[in-house]
Amino acid sequence: MTIRASKLWLRYGLAMAWFFVLLWPLLGIKPEGLEFAVSFAIWIKVAVAAAILLALYQLNKAGAFGFLTRPAAAAGRVAVGAAARVPRWLVLSVVLAAAVSFPFFTERYAHDVAISVLVYIILGLGLNIVVGLAGLLDLGYIAFFGVGAYTYALLSVHFGVSFWLCLPISACFAAVAGCIIGYPTLRMRGDYLAIVTLGFGEIVRIVLNNWMSVTNGPNGILGIKSPGAYWWQGDTLEHIWLNNLEQLYFIILALAVFTVIAVYRLNHSRIGRAFEAVREDQTAAELMGVNTLGIKLLAYALGAVFGGLAGTFFAARMQFVSPESFTFIESAMVLSMVVLGGMGSIPGVILGAVVLIVLPELFRGFQLYRMFVFGGVMAMMMVFRPKGLWPAKRLGQRSEERG
Amino acid sequence: MATLELSEISVRFGGLQALTDVSFRVEENDIVGLIGPNGAGKTTVFNVITGVYQTSAGQVSYDGAPLRGLRPHKILALGVARTFQNIRLFQNMTALENVMVAQHCRTRCGVLGAVLRLPGQKREEERIRERSLEALEFMDLGEYAGELASNLAYGLQRRLEIARALATEPKTILLDEPAAGLNPAESRELMHTIGRISSRGINILMVEHDMKVVMGICRHIVVLDHGVMIAEGEPEAIQRDPRVIEAYLGNELN
Repeated sequence: MTIRASKLWLRYGLAMAWFFVLLWPLLGIKPEGLEFAVSFAIWIKVAVAAAILLALYQLNKAGAFGFLTRPAAAAGRVAVGAAARVPRWLVLSVVLAAAVSFPFFTERYAHDVAISVLVYIILGLGLNIVVGLAGLLDLGYIAFFGVGAYTYALLSVHFGVSFWLCLPISACFAAVAGCIIGYPTLRMRGDYLAIVTLGFGEIVRIVLNNWMSVTNGPNGILGIKSPGAYWWQGDTLEHIWLNNLEQLYFIILALAVFTVIAVYRLNHSRIGRAFEAVREDQTAAELMGVNTLGIKLLAYALGAVFGGLAGTFFAARMQFVSPESFTFIESAMVLSMVVLGGMGSIPGVILGAVVLIVLPELFRGFQLYRMFVFGGVMAMMMVFRPKGLWPAKRLGQRSEERG
Repeated sequence: MATLELSEISVRFGGLQALTDVSFRVEENDIVGLIGPNGAGKTTVFNVITGVYQTSAGQVSYDGAPLRGLRPHKILALGVARTFQNIRLFQNMTALENVMVAQHCRTRCGVLGAVLRLPGQKREEERIRERSLEALEFMDLGEYAGELASNLAYGLQRRLEIARALATEPKTILLDEPAAGLNPAESRELMHTIGRISSRGINILMVEHDMKVVMGICRHIVVLDHGVMIAEGEPEAIQRDPRVIEAYLGNELN
């Protein structure tokens, strides 16, 4: 054991004292006066639970559960070995089948959450190109989501352009916006880049908020059309609006699948490798023949394309857009998904999006403490799995498989 | 006709004169050694050739065409590759990926090709992989292809740097202290490797402190001291040159 038992308990004591210091101001300071009972009641529950966990941890370290953990570890190894032999197409088709059949045995609320998850998956994968692959910290990513959403909103309301036509148009607009934001930041690195992108994100939101004549300001734009389609109604082919949640779910699922495939293929192409080389060592990448300025611009543009696609869908689904949906906190949320899931890892980002959208929903039972628990879980994650839930796998890497 | 020519290069950083009127040539099939005490400006010469620094005066030309104003990746595309004194591999990528990045300037496939997996892109990927494995094999790194660069031993990282430079399909390669930190056995191996690179028709310009290596394989040596060229010639002549002995070799040989 690296840390002696007494020291461990001392630390436990310190951590619990610190927790109380954090907890009490939140619960105990009231207009009527100071109160200790409520916060103490919660604190004692947490303290006892933590003490039990710590005791279990120590017993486990001492080998008291050997009769349980040894067979479990053996079973785990067998399972991992078996999982490695399952062909990838089988895993993917099972996942896809689950995703396609999802709406048939769930309800409205679940559809709503699932649509959110899929929108964020697309956003996360787009941002992953910029942050995870090219290593450019972007704190204003949600601006591209906004550009996509407003592009469709305006084209739909004023010109009646269809959703399907607007997808590529929005993607192009977002890519142009990506280049506009990317170009001045090409020679910046690290902290400076973060600040400038943060600024651009805010500029986009503020423009949307104040350009009354075009965007209708904070009131937003109403009456955006849903995606349309031709479908057999009885004997005739009729135009219908795909506006119920199930239909929207399938549209966003298709977009997400397209995104995953596109991002995966980009990842494993010379362009993906160039992105990563820029992330690892920009100077060395340039000297090894990568046009670093061009590649960085491409990373911004590609990231923005997926943001734009997600934004178009978002506008069609809500049938309403307002600048409120594109605040900094949304950028931070998407960035958290990428970092939490594992930078540069596609399954990681997907998992990150699922966790960050679904966890707060599950924690609804905790009511007021929802965000508190959420923050705690995130902090723990970064302490124990700094590389993310599902770290990126390297091409041809064998060291992991060798164990 | 892949001749690299430096004519009267001067580089100034503010008040510091890093290089003054440096002129020499790296001819076809040449192995040129660039030596000099620490701070003599050897790495600066490399940075000027590869376009990292701009010259204050003078000009570098390759194949008779001036390199002035070209960005480093363009110069690499013309066929001048380099390695780094302090290893600069892409640490979180595998050895194979490191080398594959070097094929970037020799391939053309764009975003659309990659997303749609066009047949041209597939063929190109195949070729990139083939050539990269070949470069790894050449440096005897085949078995480490899947290893992360950061996990490789120091000597292997040095070799991977050379493999990466070779994978750019250069006509001239600049080696910045390739023997630094290698043990005598590895140094001998390196000399052999440099000979093999040269026999592939690649011209070599190397900065090196290990005199055994320099005198053993270089056909031509340029000596820098405080940014000024103090001697140039065959290894034997350089060893006898009193100015060189005074500036540099004196301590090492006696």
